[in-house]
Amino acid sequence: MEQLVAFLTEAANWQGETGIPNRLIEHLAISFLAVLTASAIALPLGFYIGHTGKLQLLGINIANIGRAIPSYAVMVMLLPVMLALAPVLGYDPRLGLRFLPIFLAMVLLAIPPILVAAYAGLQEVDRDLTESSRGMGLTERQILTGVELPLALPVLVGGFRVALLQVIATATIGAFLAGGGLGRYIIDGIARRDEGMLYAGVLLVAVLAIGTDVALSWLQRRLTPRGVRVATEGGVVADRPSDA
Amino acid sequence: MIEIRWDWIASHLDDVAEKTWQHLQLLVIPMVAGFIIAFALAVLAMRRPGTVGPVTAVTGLLYTIPSLAAFAVLIPITGLSLITAIIPLTTYTLLILYVNTVAGLRSVPPEVNEAADAMGYTRTSRLLHVQLPLAVPLIMAGVRVAAVTTIGLVTVSAIIGGNRFGGLGQFITEGLQTDFDTKIYLGAVGSVILAFVVDGALVALQRVLTPWARARAERG
Repeated sequence: MEQLVAFLTEAANWQGETGIPNRLIEHLAISFLAVLTASAIALPLGFYIGHTGKLQLLGINIANIGRAIPSYAVMVMLLPVMLALAPVLGYDPRLGLRFLPIFLAMVLLAIPPILVAAYAGLQEVDRDLTESSRGMGLTERQILTGVELPLALPVLVGGFRVALLQVIATATIGAFLAGGGLGRYIIDGIARRDEGMLYAGVLLVAVLAIGTDVALSWLQRRLTPRGVRVATEGGVVADRPSDA
Repeated sequence: MIEIRWDWIASHLDDVAEKTWQHLQLLVIPMVAGFIIAFALAVLAMRRPGTVGPVTAVTGLLYTIPSLAAFAVLIPITGLSLITAIIPLTTYTLLILYVNTVAGLRSVPPEVNEAADAMGYTRTSRLLHVQLPLAVPLIMAGVRVAAVTTIGLVTVSAIIGGNRFGGLGQFITEGLQTDFDTKIYLGAVGSVILAFVVDGALVALQRVLTPWARARAERG
């Protein structure tokens, strides 16, 4: 505990490349970049499946495979590939060691929850609503952006919440492959038997993950349209435990 | 390019068996411990519905902590003993097992519970002989997700487990340290295969536990 306080109050640990602010920025930057890249792939595909009802089997399979294959395994399997491809594709081998395997594993990991949220969110929208919108003369694009998306937004944010948490956890593991971020303090703390550094890493990573979770669950509630909120609150009554 | 030395794997099968065995131990011990805790909390939830919110919040909090941090936190206390891995692996199973067990027990239709009451079942025997069997599909869905997740987390625990724990994940760590691709792929692919095999075994177990579902499916 004393070592942890000493580490966190040491001015040198708040400056430069190995300082806490820089490690936090590294951690956040790679996490957001991974989720953004995953969204660019998962959102169009998810909206397509949800809106048209086609390719559902593909969506379910991607989700199941994504859940079964751990990110760490993906990361280490990509490492030799990225190193081998470095001279062929002409990028710095250090990029293949430090950044690409970690980043690609994070993207692959973030796709399934966003994809599932996108199509499940659209599918949960009441068929009567889309039918009556169509009857009112709205175009397919207007139905998607004006009716389906606003109603699917809370589910969608839920998907981003899962994706972001998994990606933050994976970025932590990435420190083992010479990556940056807050995981460095854990890996280096163990290697140097520096308990202050180790506990600082554990604390910072946990606070980052829990903070992200709290922020996105708040956003999820905020984005739920009021009518939907009332409807689900009504549903809780029916959900009463059978013992009562 | 990447070269897989099959001959190396063939001559180290005893090592593969040993690490697979440890992987299974680190799967089964936390799963059993996690299930006992989650089940006790779910039974409590049936008697005291007010506990569901706080228990879900606490198990959710534990589930949110990134795995590497959870494995590292006990090192200064319990060192490199198996306990260092078993405790976080157990806490990670709690949320999934608890939420699914509560949902399963609650999914029993009220008329079924009332019929059991009318037949003179006590609360405990109704739980064990009526509610629990009917909750099996949802409980098993939770067990499958928890098992697959745990197998992946055991692999991650190798990062801090040195040569002491981490199951097949130890091959990955050793492979990274000695720049030996065969070991990296052996550990990574091995743990994915293990996840699929265990998931398949759990599906089979569910069929055995719910013979009525199969009879219904056969009748069509």
